[in-house]
Amino acid sequence: MKQKAYRAPDAPRKVTASSVAGAVIMILWTIISIFPVYWMLTFSLKNNQEIFGENVIGVPRYWVWENYTRAMNTGNMPRYFINSVIVAVSTILITLLAAVMATYAMTRLHWKGRKTMNKFFMLGLTIPIHASIVPLYTTLSRMKMLNSYWALIIPYSAFSLAMAILICTGFMGDIPYDLDEAAFIDGCGVWGIFFRVIAPLMTPAVATVGIYTFLQCWNELMFANVFISKDALKTLPVGIQSLSGQYTTEWGPIGAALSIATIPTLLVYVFLSKRIQDSFIAGAVKG
Amino acid sequence: MKRPFSYKLNIFLFLLPALILFIGVLIAPIILSGYYSLTEWNGLKTPVFIGLANYRELFSSKSINIMRALKNAMLLAVFSCFIQLPFALWLALKLSKHIRGERVFLSVFFMPVLISTVVIGQLWLKIYNPDYGVLNMVLRGLGLESWTRIWLGNKATALGACFVPILWQYVGYHMLLMYAGIKGVPPELNEAAMLDGCTEGQVNRYIIIPYIRPILRVSVIFAVTGSLKSFDLIYVLTNGGPNHATEVPSTLMISMLFLRNRYGMGSTIAVMLIVLCFAFALLINMAFKEEK
Repeated sequence: MKQKAYRAPDAPRKVTASSVAGAVIMILWTIISIFPVYWMLTFSLKNNQEIFGENVIGVPRYWVWENYTRAMNTGNMPRYFINSVIVAVSTILITLLAAVMATYAMTRLHWKGRKTMNKFFMLGLTIPIHASIVPLYTTLSRMKMLNSYWALIIPYSAFSLAMAILICTGFMGDIPYDLDEAAFIDGCGVWGIFFRVIAPLMTPAVATVGIYTFLQCWNELMFANVFISKDALKTLPVGIQSLSGQYTTEWGPIGAALSIATIPTLLVYVFLSKRIQDSFIAGAVKG
Repeated sequence: MKRPFSYKLNIFLFLLPALILFIGVLIAPIILSGYYSLTEWNGLKTPVFIGLANYRELFSSKSINIMRALKNAMLLAVFSCFIQLPFALWLALKLSKHIRGERVFLSVFFMPVLISTVVIGQLWLKIYNPDYGVLNMVLRGLGLESWTRIWLGNKATALGACFVPILWQYVGYHMLLMYAGIKGVPPELNEAAMLDGCTEGQVNRYIIIPYIRPILRVSVIFAVTGSLKSFDLIYVLTNGGPNHATEVPSTLMISMLFLRNRYGMGSTIAVMLIVLCFAFALLINMAFKEEK
């Protein structure tokens, strides 16, 4: 008779051919996942000789920090960086304010149709940006708002809104309702409750929404490409795209420019990986 | 709680900023896009209503060749569903078995999702570079000189070369969703199955995978609609070239709008894309329900 294999869930695993193959694939995929970023960070510190033959994938032999100063001095790199920061920060502030206020109205205030309203906002999770690109472009152009920060901030905020409301709804549900009533008895109106009680308790949601929105705006290409043509107003993705077109033979400074655009994201990720992953999961599972 | 006199007004005021943004930037433009798709319009004069002429032209014109773009997008969707998702599922199953370094692997595999597609595109452009790119250098180093290609400049390889980074970037995304789903499987189920003598493979097949069906459904929907909408990496790598070999609906839409100033036709492509995305999402939902 065939012996049934029983193993307690935490008993040591047997080493088999398939478990070894599995481990090898995991390690290979780790290398493949990291390689482009590793390669970017290393060639951003190399000279052309190393990049083009002597030392293609190794750690740089001579650390050419000059690539970074050159990347910051060629073209409008510092400008692109500042533009990206301005657009991202403004978008986060507007999204947060609108989302927290709307969530408050839909979860803490009682009225008919609040569920329907929530569903209406959740439509935003599925609407692709393609849907509004032409009308936005023509409207912005008629209002002479192309080539301004607002041309990106307003659309980015609107497209981040659904996700922000989704995240805020989860967090706001955890705040006990007794607090509202206590504040009400103490003489607070709905605005008082909102600003003095609810808003200060929403900091965890604020952080999650902030990070998620930041990543979306920091990396967005299609709107940024279409609504902005003036070099001084370009954000990093579009700016880098045009920089790379101009300096095709010098990879070092381009690598430095790519790294400058990526390092903020990596830093945020290193410190907040769990929170970032959770926000992506929340958006997918409920959307 | 007693309701203050201005209760309704306050509700409206709380909703106002979100409503203005949402209706102004998402809802109204969708309706406008629908209207523009029925017009001939160069962006300057007033749009001229021409009924369904754009749709007829879109599907019959040889120069636009929407079918090739759709075929490319669908091909990406197929690769995504049959290679990327199974691999992501495999990774997620492995990671959820309390292996050493679980969090580190998870974080590393997810990292590419967060990096700007322009950065990733620029890096892969350099990996594919025919003279100095890592890919050809490695092939030369292995003595496989004859395998080297102008990867992105050759009609035969360009599409495949575009797909690799797209599929590579989002493996981690699907893996993360599936991993979260697997972590939600009640441990009693696993333990009971193990006690009954199930092997790990059987537990995966008969308990975990059926349990995370809702997540698999989300992943398939994202994979298919994401493929239909794909833009960023193809724009950076080839912008639809060489000789339109890697054209997808989004690149066609952008060139229609901003190279040819055909706002009506651009909207037609946009509307077609939205309709397709919703149709596929519905179909996939139905397919997942029926099998139950």
